[in-house]
Amino acid sequence: MENLEQLVQDGLAAVDSAGSLQALDQIRVEYLGKKGAITQQAKTLGKLSAEERPAAGQKINEAKGQVEEAINARRSDLERAAIEQKLASESIDVTLPGRGQDLGGLHPVTRTLQRIEHFFARAGYTVEQGPEIEDDYHNFEALNIPGHHPARAMHDTFYFNPGTLLRTHTSPVQIRTMEAGKPPFRMICPGRVYRCDSDMTHTPMFHQVEGLLVEKNVSFADLKSTVEEFLRVFFERDLQVRFRPSYFPFTEPSAEVDIEWGREADGSIKWLEVMGCGMVHPKVFEYCGIDAEEYRGFAFGLGVERLAMLRYGVNDLRMFFENDLRFLRQFR
Amino acid sequence: MKFSEQWLREWVNPQIDTQELMDQITMAGLEVDGFEPVAGQFSGVIVGEVQSVQPHPDADKLRVCQVSDGSSEVQVVCGAPNVREGMKVPFAVVGAVLPGNFKIKKAKLRGQPSEGMLCSESELGLSENHDGLMELPADAPVGQGVADYLKLNDVTIDVDLTPNRADCLSIKGIAREVGVLNSMLVNSPAIEPVESVHSEVPDIRVEAPAGCPRYLGRILRNVNLQAESPLWMQEKLRRSGIRSIDAAVDVTNYVMLELGQPMHAFDRDEIQGGIVVRMARIGEKLVLLDGQEVELTQGTLVIADHDKPIAIAGVMGGEHSGVSPKTRDLVLESAYFDPITLAGKARHYGLHTDASHRFERGVDYKLARDAMERATKLLMEIVGGEPGEVVEVASDGDIPEDRVVDLRVRRLNDVLGMEIDRTTVEEILTRLGLRVEKLLKDGWRVSVPSFRPDISIEEDLIEEVGRIYGYNNLPVTEPTGSLGLRPEQEAVRPVSAIRNFFVDNGYQEAVTYSFVDPKVQQLVDPERQGIPLANPISSDLSVMRTSLWSGLLKTVAYNQNRQQPRIRLFETGLRFLQEGERIDQQPMLAGVVVGNQYPENWANGRRTADFFDVKGDLERLFRLLGIEVHFVGSKHPALHPGQTAELMRDGEHVGWLGTLHPQVQKNLELNGTILMFELFLNSIVTGYVPNFKEISKFPEVRRDLAIIIGSEVAFADVELVARKHAGEQLTALRAFDVYEGESLGEGNRSLALSLFWQHPERTLNEDEVHSLFNGVIDALKEELGATLRS
Repeated sequence: MENLEQLVQDGLAAVDSAGSLQALDQIRVEYLGKKGAITQQAKTLGKLSAEERPAAGQKINEAKGQVEEAINARRSDLERAAIEQKLASESIDVTLPGRGQDLGGLHPVTRTLQRIEHFFARAGYTVEQGPEIEDDYHNFEALNIPGHHPARAMHDTFYFNPGTLLRTHTSPVQIRTMEAGKPPFRMICPGRVYRCDSDMTHTPMFHQVEGLLVEKNVSFADLKSTVEEFLRVFFERDLQVRFRPSYFPFTEPSAEVDIEWGREADGSIKWLEVMGCGMVHPKVFEYCGIDAEEYRGFAFGLGVERLAMLRYGVNDLRMFFENDLRFLRQFR
Repeated sequence: MKFSEQWLREWVNPQIDTQELMDQITMAGLEVDGFEPVAGQFSGVIVGEVQSVQPHPDADKLRVCQVSDGSSEVQVVCGAPNVREGMKVPFAVVGAVLPGNFKIKKAKLRGQPSEGMLCSESELGLSENHDGLMELPADAPVGQGVADYLKLNDVTIDVDLTPNRADCLSIKGIAREVGVLNSMLVNSPAIEPVESVHSEVPDIRVEAPAGCPRYLGRILRNVNLQAESPLWMQEKLRRSGIRSIDAAVDVTNYVMLELGQPMHAFDRDEIQGGIVVRMARIGEKLVLLDGQEVELTQGTLVIADHDKPIAIAGVMGGEHSGVSPKTRDLVLESAYFDPITLAGKARHYGLHTDASHRFERGVDYKLARDAMERATKLLMEIVGGEPGEVVEVASDGDIPEDRVVDLRVRRLNDVLGMEIDRTTVEEILTRLGLRVEKLLKDGWRVSVPSFRPDISIEEDLIEEVGRIYGYNNLPVTEPTGSLGLRPEQEAVRPVSAIRNFFVDNGYQEAVTYSFVDPKVQQLVDPERQGIPLANPISSDLSVMRTSLWSGLLKTVAYNQNRQQPRIRLFETGLRFLQEGERIDQQPMLAGVVVGNQYPENWANGRRTADFFDVKGDLERLFRLLGIEVHFVGSKHPALHPGQTAELMRDGEHVGWLGTLHPQVQKNLELNGTILMFELFLNSIVTGYVPNFKEISKFPEVRRDLAIIIGSEVAFADVELVARKHAGEQLTALRAFDVYEGESLGEGNRSLALSLFWQHPERTLNEDEVHSLFNGVIDALKEELGATLRS
């Protein structure tokens, strides 16, 4: 029995020097396996008296436990080391760029249109669409711009034939919507419009949003709040807005809307025109079969590129339609 | 309209500075476009008198002059050809500073001392004219500052008038507005009839009274058109943007600017017989004052004599009948021409004149006589002459009717959104020149004067009150109408979702013109004609697109020319087709891909995007939209014949996907393999609303097979046959390998498929699956000639 002590010492020393999990397992078999050295000690118990046996058995169990504990501790050490080694070998350069598809982007006009549509959708406006090749009636006549009207000269219209043209504004969509439905109306019509004009500050195609609200009791004061609120939300600034009397054949009274845009050299406000608006002209209601005594309405129109230029600091209108990727990518 | 501030202030002179004045009229709806000082900044320029002129001893073109400054005489060397003894000129003395900070110093010119400079108009910033010295009137006081003498402390104000405000195309009209805005009375020149001194009158016949409801003529005999217009008149004209020509033209222009009535002066000797106002006859020609000959077209109102047209009414006079320095007798014209008859006529002849601008917008139909008297008086002060009687031919039925418009207090308040004090309303309207009469029942009856053709309904009056009261003084309130909730279809995806899908998948949105180059269009869609514009902006933007590809491919070219090899674009918008009489405007979605599939970096490699990359994008789009679309091998004239798919949904054609045809690509000078798709938006946006199905608790079984099959057999056909024989419990079928190689024999390829079965209510047994799987294999062998790959 005295070599049990020695066996434990040898076993512990072997565990301590085991360099791998396999070696450790080998040691476990050697000492604690069925034929292991310490297990074999149990066979000597038969030679002992019944009085000595329990104590000796306990000693052997203790010895087993001692070695087993050592093996387990050593195993977790070795396992931890192995994991650490594996992790060390798996380290990567996290600063290298990622894999896969790039992100595209919306055109700045679309981006701007979406912001505008979002604002008005929250205020209960529907978004309406209409044809871009229009007839004279919807583009002019029903908007109180008869054939001889001087306002036609302001429009530089593209024609296909005398009665068919590219819409010069999105206002005809108002007419079509009013023709097709019954008041009240709250709608905006965004879209492409066309004027036969091309230079530094004009492109033959651009985008407009036209808005229309028709209800029983609506006033110029309501129009003012709608326009002011929109502009402040759009520019995310509490900017000053002013309404300047103007003229559109389809609204009366009519106004152009200026916003505060910086200061003049003398410190006075620099005003920038951004929109047109007014109360729907009774003639327009008449064309659409709406009783102007019962309903009133306001309408407004804005140029999308103009707002986009101001918002994003774009300095050349023509860039919107060149579709230079180096330009477009700046808006994604 | 340009006008001189000083001139305006002769009519009405509020105690506000120029800036305030401009702000005020801008906010009244007469938008000031800009303003300019009437002269450059200068100092030290006085009225000088040339005492003597001697040739320069050493220079042919220079003269040595003695110039008096009022107290002494100095020597000035001058190069102007028109310098002469006794002439009065602007004289910049030594120490003067001319525009551009040009300092006048003592100098020697070719050896001759020169103390100062005699100035042209351009040197003082008065005009572009540098032909010679500016000649001042003989009575100009020598020694007085020129700026003082010419009252140059003035600006030219340019107002951009809206087409309804014809009444403001004159000093009188603008003064009226300024008077209203400042609650001031407005001065106006007294206009009295000029007594005739002889009985000669023009013979006037108006054959087109609808176009010319009123025509006035008068003969002014024995005028001296050598006489120049006075400096004050020339200056007022100049400051209003009109060049001085001769006294007759200057006076008619002056009256037009002052009162708003365009006029014309004819040389009486050039009028054969008498004046006839009639419509032009086909084939008639006329040489206009600007020298161009026009062929008159039907519908043009002309002033003619008994032989021929002598002017286009309300637009421009003829050269032949125009006045010249030799003209002895004048015939003055002052008329009211109908705006509708004149509309677009000037434009038709490529003209736009001060007269046509006014007549088209509507001149005061009661102004012609006052203007005639005013012009006669002014003319006689310059050119003398003997006035005759004014002849007026008027057609009462064609002259616009005086309008009376009622304004209701309630309506006024409802539209403007506030109650405006009634006295204020009355004062505003009265000062605007409207006659206001109170109505018993809460309102006014308003008589509209002849100079406001734009006012004809109640809203027009409301606008007048609103704009003078000030839009910015009106309240701001929220619309109160209730918002009805609107239905929204869940199965219909908004276009914004589609746009976002492409953005998320690396596509950049483009917006290209709806009109395109017919040559590009012909390549992209040779079977259709784009609808041509009658007046395109240029030939490369002259037909409406029948496909969004035209614009996208041009965009590819644009970017490839700017070192952008990797391009992924999409666009949404209409295409335009002529279908017989009808024009179809169809919303489309199109895209184009060229270059590497992924941005080049260490991990992505440099694989060029191919058909299946883009097809994968579309397949995922269709999943997003909840629709099933089949890709069927097909042909399209713009696409590679072996790489074209027609997209079908429930048997309906919904679009194309393919590789751009190499020949088209070459013609368009594009690089790389270009993949393109175009879809009908309306055919793909409606999907379905999900409908839950029980999830099977039983295991799924997978079987793989590999077949060798003719390359011409489409995978879709293999799939179709396999599905047909795989039974109802087939849950999926995938191709997991496609291989072509010599070992398979020419014209063959190997397809490896996996099939998945699952039963919703029980476990499938081995025999069932085995039998289905064998059924599929047998069918592929028999129907498609496949062999099982071992």
